[in-house]
Amino acid sequence: MNDDAVDHQKRRILTAAAVAVGGIGAAYVATPFVLSMDPSAKAHAAGAPIDVDISKLQYGQLMTVEWRGKPIWILRRNEEMLNRIQAVSGQMRDPESNELSQQPHYAKNKFRAVNPEYLILIGLCTHLGCAPTFRPDMAPDDLGAEWQGGFFCPCHGSTYDLAGRVYAGKPAPSNLVVPPYRYVTSTRILIGVDPERA
Amino acid sequence: MNRWIGLGKDWLETRFPLIEFWNDHLAKYYAPKNLNFWYLFGSLAILMLVIQVLTGIFLTMNYKPTADTAFASVEYIMRDVNWGWLIRYMHSTGASFFFIVIYLHMFRAFLYGSYGKPRELLWLFGMLLFVLLMAEAFMGYLLPWGQMSFWGAQVIISLFGAIPYIGNDLALWIRGDFVVADATLNRFFAFHVIALPLILVGLVVFHLIALHRVGSNNPDGIEIKAKKDESGVPLDGIPFHPYFTVKDILGATVFLMIFALVVFYFPEMGGWFLEKDNFVPADPLKTPEHITPLWYFTPFYAILRAVPDKFLGVMCMGASIAVLFALPWLDRSPVRSIRYRGPIFKMALIIFVVSFISLGYLGTVAATAVATNFSRLFSVLYFAFFLLMPYYSKIDKTKQPPDRVT
Repeated sequence: MNDDAVDHQKRRILTAAAVAVGGIGAAYVATPFVLSMDPSAKAHAAGAPIDVDISKLQYGQLMTVEWRGKPIWILRRNEEMLNRIQAVSGQMRDPESNELSQQPHYAKNKFRAVNPEYLILIGLCTHLGCAPTFRPDMAPDDLGAEWQGGFFCPCHGSTYDLAGRVYAGKPAPSNLVVPPYRYVTSTRILIGVDPERA
Repeated sequence: MNRWIGLGKDWLETRFPLIEFWNDHLAKYYAPKNLNFWYLFGSLAILMLVIQVLTGIFLTMNYKPTADTAFASVEYIMRDVNWGWLIRYMHSTGASFFFIVIYLHMFRAFLYGSYGKPRELLWLFGMLLFVLLMAEAFMGYLLPWGQMSFWGAQVIISLFGAIPYIGNDLALWIRGDFVVADATLNRFFAFHVIALPLILVGLVVFHLIALHRVGSNNPDGIEIKAKKDESGVPLDGIPFHPYFTVKDILGATVFLMIFALVVFYFPEMGGWFLEKDNFVPADPLKTPEHITPLWYFTPFYAILRAVPDKFLGVMCMGASIAVLFALPWLDRSPVRSIRYRGPIFKMALIIFVVSFISLGYLGTVAATAVATNFSRLFSVLYFAFFLLMPYYSKIDKTKQPPDRVT
């Protein structure tokens, strides 16, 4: 081989190697920038549990508190409301709450609650995250004669029953999320942590 | 005297190609002589970009991008900053006018087949600009931190959550918090004022480079470069400057009259340009009764709402924008311009326009059963226009276009 001739194959290999090494370096440099956009340590710390007093809640009343920046609903249900939940089970997408990510295991039951009387939910629609409105009224004009009380999302029309279970055929894919919570006393709830003996 | 000017020109031109650039892109850039008023909207889009950048710079001087201060700082601009109301209304009205101009600019391409070979890349750059402009408008709308800002962002970011496996982590990464919060507002500010405008301006340059390589299409949809005189100038071409600069200045003048009328007398446009709920500070615990995006997103939003499944709905909405990118390859007609197309295409285009406007309206009303059914009908027609185009544009009975522009 002539000493002056250019070895094109060697050049291609060297170029490819330089591009590969440079590319890996670029990926490493990009990592801190990409990860800097994930929730910060401060945002994680803001998820601390909150203590809620529910002693003043009346039957049929809904109260809203804030946890991790999200609305948390606490609904006190009477016997009649619980009966209505059982009556509409046939129209639900997931009546047995089989989708495990939507509630802690201790809330995977007929009424999706530790104590059936108090329903605790994250009040954000599982479709696109709007806050649904509480519609306990029976058969209102806009929701139809079949309406048995529940939650209605004004954004895209998803509907949930009084246990936060989504009606089939609506845009929302799953039931409203039950956050982890525990009873400190019978009228005080700690939202954000599991029960001690869970 | 002339000798000195000549020397000065030489000195400059050997160091910086100013005169060369002027000639290549203005004085000796030949555009078809039959361009009609539909061809104003390109230069008007640049005018809107300039207005948005200028007013935006002055707004950032008083705006504060944190969840605690954003809403109040916008009110401060509106009430206490000298002429702040004018600058802010120019910016907010400008966003809507930008979309009016862009939609008309795109419709021009539908009318005269401007996306057809060899202008496919020109069309693709334009579509990228359209998508970026939507992102820019969406992020800008979060900044006033009103109710619509907050819940609109919540809904749109949640769309990413519909993607299987990575969706929820992706939405979390975009928000930078578990809900739309201070972190989200702060980063949207960064994207809105620097990242996206930089990319937008860069893409506008690409769009223009592509345009000046292939030349403007025209209402007859024929190539003026096919017939040239002995010096290589297209017979049906006239220099962009002064002929089209004058025409565009006239267009800009009329446009600015309308723009000023809206800025001064109807800046909220009855809730279409600035929604009423956005005059209420963001409340993470309560969604407004009736939430809709601004009018320029509603056609796509109506398609999202028409589908009773989260993932499929998001996919259909994405597809309704993505299908526009494919337009150059869907159109199999031998002619470009509507003037020489057959009855099937004309009918299809009318159906498309009716569907698009109807979807735009349906996206603003409450999701009742009737509205949803109409949204479904028009969504099907919207997609049919594109997906059946390879068939109907081919069998359509076209007329023979002339050799020279008319």
